Amino acid sequence: MSDDVGTEVQAPSWTRAVQQRLARGLPIERLLPDRQPVYVGSWVYVFGVITIAALVWVIASGVILAFFGPQWWHTTSTGRFFNSLHFWSVQLFFVFMVLHLWGQFFMASWRDGRAPTWMIGAIIFLVSIVAAFTGYLAQQNLDSQWIAANAKDAVNASGAGGFFNVLNFGQMYGLHVMLVPVAVTVLVVVHIVQVRMRGVVAPIDAPAEESE
Amino acid sequence: MDNPAGYLHLGFIVISLPNLALIAAMIALFLIAILVPFPREGGRGGGGSQ
Repeated sequence: MSDDVGTEVQAPSWTRAVQQRLARGLPIERLLPDRQPVYVGSWVYVFGVITIAALVWVIASGVILAFFGPQWWHTTSTGRFFNSLHFWSVQLFFVFMVLHLWGQFFMASWRDGRAPTWMIGAIIFLVSIVAAFTGYLAQQNLDSQWIAANAKDAVNASGAGGFFNVLNFGQMYGLHVMLVPVAVTVLVVVHIVQVRMRGVVAPIDAPAEESE
Repeated sequence: MDNPAGYLHLGFIVISLPNLALIAAMIALFLIAILVPFPREGGRGGGGSQ
């Protein structure tokens, strides 16, 4: 038996590398902050969290709709209530996401190493449009048929029709209830972690980390 | 609700009145969010220094 326990050399490990990267970039005491810089005291900073709140309602109502199915959401009063809840929470999601985008655009929030945060936000916006479009196609009513019939030529002309058939309800519904929501949720989590790692961007005329 | 929405025609710009109202409401909300003071701890609103 050798006694060289104290001189063990650690083998390369991607789990350890991720662990160390997270510990460096986002210490646990900064994960859920109890203080923010003074300049965060503005209603403009509330738009992002309202967007997340709307997303929670979108997902919760969407899970219920997926569980009971189209006949339920079209023909029963409870189903129509949850259908409307899903629709209106999506409206709020988009309204406040765009207001959040305006706020971040006018304060140039990609400054000081926050470009990846901005880019992930832009990708969330684009993926959300796909979610909304496939949602319109998944309604199972004349509106969804009308939208699919009118959209197919544009989608085909773009070249996307080779793998994205808007007349295929199963494909649109699968995208809408599984792949796209997972993508949006994962991207939103990444976006929030990025915001926590860098902190909220300072106003253009203020030094960073002022008055925390 | 079953009637088609009214449309505004301004040259090449064509927009439904509900969409126009929503955009106007969003711009108003954005301006309100900038101008209205955020409530501070201690109960008094105001954009003054801490």
